[in-house]
Amino acid sequence: MARPFFRRRKSCPFSGKEAPQIDYKDVKLLQGFVSERGKIVPSRITSVAAKKQRELSQAIKRARHLGLLPYLVK
Amino acid sequence: MQKSAIGSERQVTMALYEHVFLARQDLAQAQVDALAANATSIIETNGGSVLKTENWGLRTLAYKIAKNRKAHYVMVEFSAPGPVVAELERQTQISEDIIRYITIKVDESEAGPSVMMRKSDKKSRRDRDDDGIDF
Repeated sequence: MARPFFRRRKSCPFSGKEAPQIDYKDVKLLQGFVSERGKIVPSRITSVAAKKQRELSQAIKRARHLGLLPYLVK
Repeated sequence: MQKSAIGSERQVTMALYEHVFLARQDLAQAQVDALAANATSIIETNGGSVLKTENWGLRTLAYKIAKNRKAHYVMVEFSAPGPVVAELERQTQISEDIIRYITIKVDESEAGPSVMMRKSDKKSRRDRDDDGIDF
């Protein structure tokens, strides 16, 4: 069975034993999940699990409120 | 008054909270410490207890907040009954020196310093290389 455009689905970066804890204070971690413009990257691209994506977006929004992350980058 | 209502009658349930506030950039460090001490006293007089106070120092903001480009960050971790949070936030709102705050309920206290504090020890490494190049 040849499936030319099949790509193995990567697993969620927040599942597993060594996975980092989602925390609004961890700016470096959160920065990996926002675009250059400052938007939250959809989970279909980052392959974050739905539950973790909800936690992640909450953390990013908290960080934005505290001025740790930008709302938008011009 | 409100104070007497807290902690009376039945056993009050305590929850863990993280309170982060941003103080104006032109404050001296001593004034920031005073604000932190004030928050601590509000919590403790209302029957809560402070577990940890962290000073993240003067950080550059991602965007301007109330005409500030930078702000002093302080985090206070405490356990207290719910009404303490309301009182703390009420007093925080009154203060002109605090430009932003957030209080978040957490499930468990993080042992040791938070991510913010762990990062900062890398900074000093840069200073070493600067010397000796200009000869």
